[in-house]
Amino acid sequence: MSKKLQGNLNLNTIQLKKGELLTEVEELCGENLFGCYQCGTCSAGCPFVDEMDLSPDEVIRYIILDRKEVLNSKTIWLCSSCFTCAERCPRDINITKIMEALRQIILRKKIDRTNIKNITKDEKETIPQMAFVSLFRKNVG
Amino acid sequence: MKLLYYPGCTLKTSAKNLEKSAFAIAEKLGHEMVEMEDWTCCGVVASLTDDDLMHHLAPLRNLVYAEDQGEETIVTLCDMCCNTLKQTNQRVKDIPDDLETLNSFMDRENDYKGTIKIMHFLEFLRDEVSFTVLKKMVKNPLKGMKIMPYYGCMMLRPREVAIDDAEEPTIMQDLLKALGAEVIDNPFKIECCGSYHTIEEKTLVSNRAHKITNYAIDRGSDAIMLSCPLCRFNLDVRGKEAEKIFNNYKQLPVYYYTQLIAVALGLDPKFYGFEEHVVDPVLLLKKKGVFEK
Repeated sequence: MSKKLQGNLNLNTIQLKKGELLTEVEELCGENLFGCYQCGTCSAGCPFVDEMDLSPDEVIRYIILDRKEVLNSKTIWLCSSCFTCAERCPRDINITKIMEALRQIILRKKIDRTNIKNITKDEKETIPQMAFVSLFRKNVG
Repeated sequence: MKLLYYPGCTLKTSAKNLEKSAFAIAEKLGHEMVEMEDWTCCGVVASLTDDDLMHHLAPLRNLVYAEDQGEETIVTLCDMCCNTLKQTNQRVKDIPDDLETLNSFMDRENDYKGTIKIMHFLEFLRDEVSFTVLKKMVKNPLKGMKIMPYYGCMMLRPREVAIDDAEEPTIMQDLLKALGAEVIDNPFKIECCGSYHTIEEKTLVSNRAHKITNYAIDRGSDAIMLSCPLCRFNLDVRGKEAEKIFNNYKQLPVYYYTQLIAVALGLDPKFYGFEEHVVDPVLLLKKKGVFEK
């Protein structure tokens, strides 16, 4: 099964050698991904799973299989860090932190997800400030 | 009792009504909320990568300022501030090495000693005031109002910093019962409202607001009670926008818990701050005869 993911990130810019995706993720999040037995509890409870191209359990599998196209999935940006998956995981794996690690791998290469210039004046004036701070913390390196 | 209050950015801008109503309740209960001096932004979302200590600096600085002001407890109104401050506090308690690194990085500030306790205002009402006491003070019971409590994420997860059970919280329903309202349960009460996606993914958030509210409507709710300023915006504003997406859908009014307490305690309407809401919250209160104005 191969999925066409929608992102347009050039994976060459990330410069991860074979097997480095997993070590990088584990180093950043401190979780043991091999603890996952693919039960799907994380995906079952995820409020955004309907919109995702890869479900959270698939994301874990992709990382283990060194499929770097996971960095091109919508999923990692749709995760809003609500911690539901982390709370429910029977293997006590903090999936929320895994998603953050994937975002950070991209952001730390100075590749931003959000273009701040695209935010309109009207949005700045009406949307609560906390939304901007969290968006920038999550989507801008 | 004096309460050291940490506001955060949104309470000073788009959620002034939450602050205003909370201050009025505190005063009525015999407490004085004193705004912390020199507070800065907390960063809103906690740093989730192990090597990233930099993003713990902002919350930690605020904890240092609180210690400098000779206090042991900080009270917050914003769910996300509360969560972020608590997560940093937890991290430096769990990993003393990290505290040492952070302390040595901060030049002008004193070292953080780890004495601060962070409390959500709702937690304060439950643990320090008690809902039983609150109940005795109710003048206008919210009789006949069927309200769904909506918790969102940040007061319940992660469990280390939660103010109640992550799956079956009761704090809001206990409060609603004390105020005389009828509680409508809803499995979506603990699900994310869409959070910061409200900037770039408006339809997604409208869909979330619709899903949460529609379930409440099916179960007979008249209104939603919540605590977080971003949840309020998403359910109220993006929920109103969902009316254009879904046929025959009408967004329910959304109240902060502080506003409902202020109404129930019979405080002056100038403290309610309903004018900032999009779906008219006053109509329902009039219809149910809770207050006339």
